[in-house]
Amino acid sequence: MTYEHIIVFLPLISSIISGFFGKKIGERNSEILTSVFVSISALLSFFIFYKVLAYNYNNNVVVATWINSGSLNVNWSINVDALSSVMLVVVTLISAIVHVYSIGYMSHDPHKPRFMAYLSLFTFSMLTLVTSDNFLQLFFGWEGVGLCSYFLIGFWYKKESANAAAIKAFIVNRVGDFGFALGIFLIFYLFGTVNYNEVFQLVPNILNKEISFLGLNVNSINLICVLLFIGAMGKSAQLFLHTWLPDAMEGPTPVSALIHAATMVTAGVFLVVRCSPIYEFSQFALNLITIIGMSTALFAATVALVQNDIKKIIAYSTCSQLGYMFFAAGVGAYNVAMFHLFTHAFFKALLFLGSGSVIHCFKDEQDIREMGGVWKKLPYTWILMIIGTLALTGFPFLSGFYSKDAIIEFAYLRGNTPGYFAVGIGIFTAFLTSIYSWRLLLKTFHGTYNNKKINYESIHESPMVMIIPLIILAIGSIFAGIIFKEVFIGNESVEILWRDSIFFLNSLSLDHPPTWVIFLTPILVIISIPISYYLFILNKNILNELVKGNKPLYDFLKNKWYFDELYELIFVKTSKKIGLYFWKNIDIGFIDKYGPDGLSNLIKNFSLRAVKFQSGYIYQYAFIMLIGFSVLLTLLILK
Amino acid sequence: MFEIGLGHYLTLGAIIFTVGVVGIFLNRKNIIVILMCIELILLAVNVNLVSFSIFINDLTGQIFALFILTVAAAEAAIGLAIIVVYYRNSGTIRVEEINKLKG
Repeated sequence: MTYEHIIVFLPLISSIISGFFGKKIGERNSEILTSVFVSISALLSFFIFYKVLAYNYNNNVVVATWINSGSLNVNWSINVDALSSVMLVVVTLISAIVHVYSIGYMSHDPHKPRFMAYLSLFTFSMLTLVTSDNFLQLFFGWEGVGLCSYFLIGFWYKKESANAAAIKAFIVNRVGDFGFALGIFLIFYLFGTVNYNEVFQLVPNILNKEISFLGLNVNSINLICVLLFIGAMGKSAQLFLHTWLPDAMEGPTPVSALIHAATMVTAGVFLVVRCSPIYEFSQFALNLITIIGMSTALFAATVALVQNDIKKIIAYSTCSQLGYMFFAAGVGAYNVAMFHLFTHAFFKALLFLGSGSVIHCFKDEQDIREMGGVWKKLPYTWILMIIGTLALTGFPFLSGFYSKDAIIEFAYLRGNTPGYFAVGIGIFTAFLTSIYSWRLLLKTFHGTYNNKKINYESIHESPMVMIIPLIILAIGSIFAGIIFKEVFIGNESVEILWRDSIFFLNSLSLDHPPTWVIFLTPILVIISIPISYYLFILNKNILNELVKGNKPLYDFLKNKWYFDELYELIFVKTSKKIGLYFWKNIDIGFIDKYGPDGLSNLIKNFSLRAVKFQSGYIYQYAFIMLIGFSVLLTLLILK
Repeated sequence: MFEIGLGHYLTLGAIIFTVGVVGIFLNRKNIIVILMCIELILLAVNVNLVSFSIFINDLTGQIFALFILTVAAAEAAIGLAIIVVYYRNSGTIRVEEINKLKG
């Protein structure tokens, strides 16, 4: 029984109790129980993180032997090193905050114990994911969080759109998981093991090995990296596999904050960072990650500019920030990716929970055109949302400033073509991020009050149980950057924190980029505030003119680059057609017709004919008896 | 002219028998006719028995014919009694309406 056991298994226990005995122990008790248990986990995670930081703590607790078959040996273990301890802190802290917040947010919901059980189960799955010491347990956690995400998106299962969104998230993730599973198979095929340490040690031995895949001879390291990255793309909603994330906002807002902003969607980034000893040997895969990452960052930011659903804007923003993390990893700055993951968890959870508070006050209204002018009524939420927005946009000295600027700087220092592209797109995206974030804030809290359904006077601040978690997150959003900057991405960060958990083939450059690179982003971010204020509050005509003048572009962005329509056309409709064909012609038309249905029809026809023999008339029976008797007699005589 | 032999008796028996059988299943109306047809079949058998008995000089056949007549009389009585009871129960003895013997 170690601290690690407690951290991982407390959420599971609370989930089981609240899930199966929620009715018995009562709603209030299950809320308190799950919140307390996850909070204990969070405190212990801090303790572990402190030990890692101060004493170079490193431990691998084997819980059980999971699979032992031939040469495949897989343990269920709790592996604590720098990387997993950071993830432990992020996951348990955000989870504890979200648990407490949910007590307030779900107060009108009749299924609280079920909700809390799902949240705790999710936390457990995420913890097994990050503490794994092999690819198979990672995959177990990976699927576990996917399952919980499915449960929670479809939590309001009576809403048809929620069910559809849950299914969509599950199926789109299957596409990514298929690549991920292939990657794990390939790792086992090439290395004969799935343990991180053994695999990472063997990587340099097979650098030039080629393997035949789909008839092509490809470098095996490249192939592994690309396949694993496909899995990461699915989970982290990168371009082409991102369509599920905005739809996932059908779930309750605490879920969006926990799963679809702070923890689960960052699992892809975690995977890439965890596999840095493999990725470092594949320049091809790193360039691919950079390109996909920056495309996603730009794409999602442009879409977020014109959306009207408060949660969808933040969802696209998440997508965009995940893109930042990926291109940070792609340019080899894994520690910076982790730093951005860390700070992003705070301010994105803050924004989501803050928007949840707004939605709660507006009685489940999510359209920002229906809001506005309520900053006096919701003072705490307003201030906290401003802090979140400032941190997200990278306003100087807040947490986003350190992580996002570091990403752009390291991309510059990489010094290759994808790196320079990433710098340009990163800066431009930061500007867009700032614009859409302020648009969200201004439209929600400033301007005129636009809601016709709810009386302005009846709007009131959320309860304290929702505000206090927000305050904790706000503190994190402000100070996480300053405090942990040196530890995560400073020049000595590898010696202080990361040590063996991240592998750098060429150690990170210690140079400084030119001054204009450092100063360009903050300046853009700061000047975007008055610009947004002018555009969205003072002079809306310019914007209307802009929309009218560029109608095709506006529609293009409004419809999310037509990705959903495209997929509908290519994948959904075709597979539906194929399915219908097989159903109507092969299954019904052939197998059923000649198989079970044919047999039963045959028997039915025969029996219908046999029934006619039994007419009920005595004279017919007598006649038949006579004929039978004659035939028998004839036979006997002839013999 | 010509002598009446065994063949003629057997032919007569066969004709009576055929009339009886055909009468059973061509008759669609009267159940008493069916009963009479059964008697006819028995009589045809009797004719055969008696003619064979004479032809091979064995009295057993004729004694047997007497037994059959007795049994036939009893059978006719039972048959008629069944018909009477059936009529009481179902109110009809029309052949086309007696078709309850089916599943």
